[in-house]
Amino acid sequence: MGKAEIFAAIRAALADVREPDPAADVAVPWEYGQATAVEDVVGLFAERVEDYKATVLRAASADAVGDLVAQALAEHGAGSVAVPAGVPEAWYAAAERAGVAIRRDDPPLTNAELNETAAVLTAAAVGWAETGTIALDHRADQGRRALTLVPDLHVCVIEAAQIVTDVPEAMARLQASLNDRQPITWISGPSATSDIELSRVEGVHGPRTLIVIVVG
Amino acid sequence: MTATDLGMPGSSRRTPAPPAGRLIDSPPFPVAAKQYLADSQLRANLHHATSTIRAKRARVTAELPNWEQLRLAGEAVKDRVARHLDYYLEELEQNLTANGAHVHWAADAAEANQIVVDLVRAKGVDEVVKVKSMVTQEIELNEALEAAGIAAWETDLAELIVQLGHDRPSHILVPAIHRNRAEVREIFLREMKLYGRAAPDSLDDEPRHLAAAARQHLRDKFLRAKVGISGANFMVAETGTLVVVESEGNGRMCLTLPETLISVTGIEKVIPTAADLEVFLQLLPRSSTGERMNPYTSMWSGVRPGDGPQEVHVVLVDNGRSRVLADPIGRKALRCIRCSACMNICPVYERVGGHAYGSVYPGPIGAILTPQLRGTAAAIDRSLPFASTLCGACAEVCPVRIPIPDLLVHLRHRVVDERKRSHLGLEQALMKGGGWVMASGPRFGLLERAGGLVQRVTGREAVGPLPWPASLWTRARDLPLPPEQTFRQWWRANRDPLCHPERSEGSLRDDEATTVTSVTSASAEAAAE
Repeated sequence: MGKAEIFAAIRAALADVREPDPAADVAVPWEYGQATAVEDVVGLFAERVEDYKATVLRAASADAVGDLVAQALAEHGAGSVAVPAGVPEAWYAAAERAGVAIRRDDPPLTNAELNETAAVLTAAAVGWAETGTIALDHRADQGRRALTLVPDLHVCVIEAAQIVTDVPEAMARLQASLNDRQPITWISGPSATSDIELSRVEGVHGPRTLIVIVVG
Repeated sequence: MTATDLGMPGSSRRTPAPPAGRLIDSPPFPVAAKQYLADSQLRANLHHATSTIRAKRARVTAELPNWEQLRLAGEAVKDRVARHLDYYLEELEQNLTANGAHVHWAADAAEANQIVVDLVRAKGVDEVVKVKSMVTQEIELNEALEAAGIAAWETDLAELIVQLGHDRPSHILVPAIHRNRAEVREIFLREMKLYGRAAPDSLDDEPRHLAAAARQHLRDKFLRAKVGISGANFMVAETGTLVVVESEGNGRMCLTLPETLISVTGIEKVIPTAADLEVFLQLLPRSSTGERMNPYTSMWSGVRPGDGPQEVHVVLVDNGRSRVLADPIGRKALRCIRCSACMNICPVYERVGGHAYGSVYPGPIGAILTPQLRGTAAAIDRSLPFASTLCGACAEVCPVRIPIPDLLVHLRHRVVDERKRSHLGLEQALMKGGGWVMASGPRFGLLERAGGLVQRVTGREAVGPLPWPASLWTRARDLPLPPEQTFRQWWRANRDPLCHPERSEGSLRDDEATTVTSVTSASAEAAAE
């Protein structure tokens, strides 16, 4: 009922539109997917992520990730960490040895269990420099969306090769994930609000602390 | 714990009651503006907030060398969608359905509310958590749910302040922009304990601590919620994907943790492709919060097994939008991506605040959108196109280049035309009289000389307050008197070649001479009449 009525109203309203092909009717003056001019992509990425009061750690190689994760968790007093099934064991082995409880999301942790978990450790799908953003497409090494939402500390590992210049280049990389109907989450710093007198406060409902480890 | 449990007198509500009365019955803008202008606390809060956000926006938009190209692209994509809305909605519905989402269509607010109430009832729950959404404000969904015995909890910090404050939003991005930190503290201490976890007694007015109180208050509600309700900033037709842009993570909580998700969106929110997001997700955050990027953006395409809500509904709402679409000029308002840059820069909004606009959409965009969505039957809606000085700052900052002043003038025209059809008002009578005078040179000359005479007699250059009906004009402005000497008199005395033949040769440049000739022939015609 509703749909027929609405479509009849829309079509009557658009009587002035003669060209049936939307692209031929209105041209969009924009070249999609272009990189921007950034000299040091990884350097700018790190700088812009830190602008949001997140922490960036650099790992010279994949071998160094495990120690950095253990160090980050220890510094924030995190006694437990949730890990999606696809995260390499080497990333959390050192933390486990240091006594941190590893909570694999298999079978899925309940909301209550997640709420009692101090941290979460994931990979990322893509990151970009201009806005200091990381995107998760929630494949096996990033886990389902709730994992990176409920614990208060998010440790995210991204390879230098995954970092591009800006939104257009990143969207081009994410197209395949969207085609696969993967959910996608963009993260720019810890959760924040400016709702009281427009003064920015980091840390509301999402993780209040974000640590990004850049590999390579 | 509900209000009933506490035995509050005369109340069986689940959630805090908003102010009595309907927005559409608000007084006309000039009347409300006068009232809000008198509130110096409100003006101080608004000045502080809007000047902060204006500066941030200016800084981050200047950072992008291709900002204007982005605006042009945003405008073009939105125009393409508006002109082919049926095409993209059809594609969106097909892809959403293929992704396992249920699509519902609502012609108006009542239909939309009924659909949502029925869906929530079918899940057998009596509470839902909500992501901030303008369209659910527009259709007054919370009150429809409340009437059905369902508590709708707002989870955005500012929306929570508004809800707990028994208040209405006054801004589309920062609904509690009219409240300062001390007022927020007071509201939290007084109200939180009535509806869930109390604010700590030691709560001070530090924004960090106020945000922490909101986190604690809402966490239980997030974790137990079975149904979440959201809007959407964009809907991608090509992939059947909805997008929500937010900061606090309350959006992610509502979109991810409940078993059922109901997203209510206006039909104009559809965009053709996922690639188009690269335009809008640059335009929106920089224009709205003045950040390079907002903390969180969520994209979901129907149901994802094992991740997030396993029952997903999308309610597509017309509620006046197809009527807006029917006006090729007015439809430009449908480009709006609800960033709020226009109200943050508006000198009128900054002084009166959002409540004076009698609509969930205040400021310049509200002044052109509300009278189109709701029509112009109500006094407030007829007054909104006039709630502007036409300074044009709003059009300069609009990320999708809506020519807001042009639309204001267009709608003023519509309102005046409608009034003319019903009766000839005082203003129209004056305009008609003015038209009669100005249509004839001698008649106009006579009026000018009369005006000059008044000034010579009174010795003033302007008149102050005049009695009604002239007071409608003079109470806010001085009425300048015509000068002692009119332009025609000056011309005749100084330049008219008929009176000063010696000046017509040599002393004038060629272009001036041409003007002189045409003016002379015009005055000759006038004299002959």
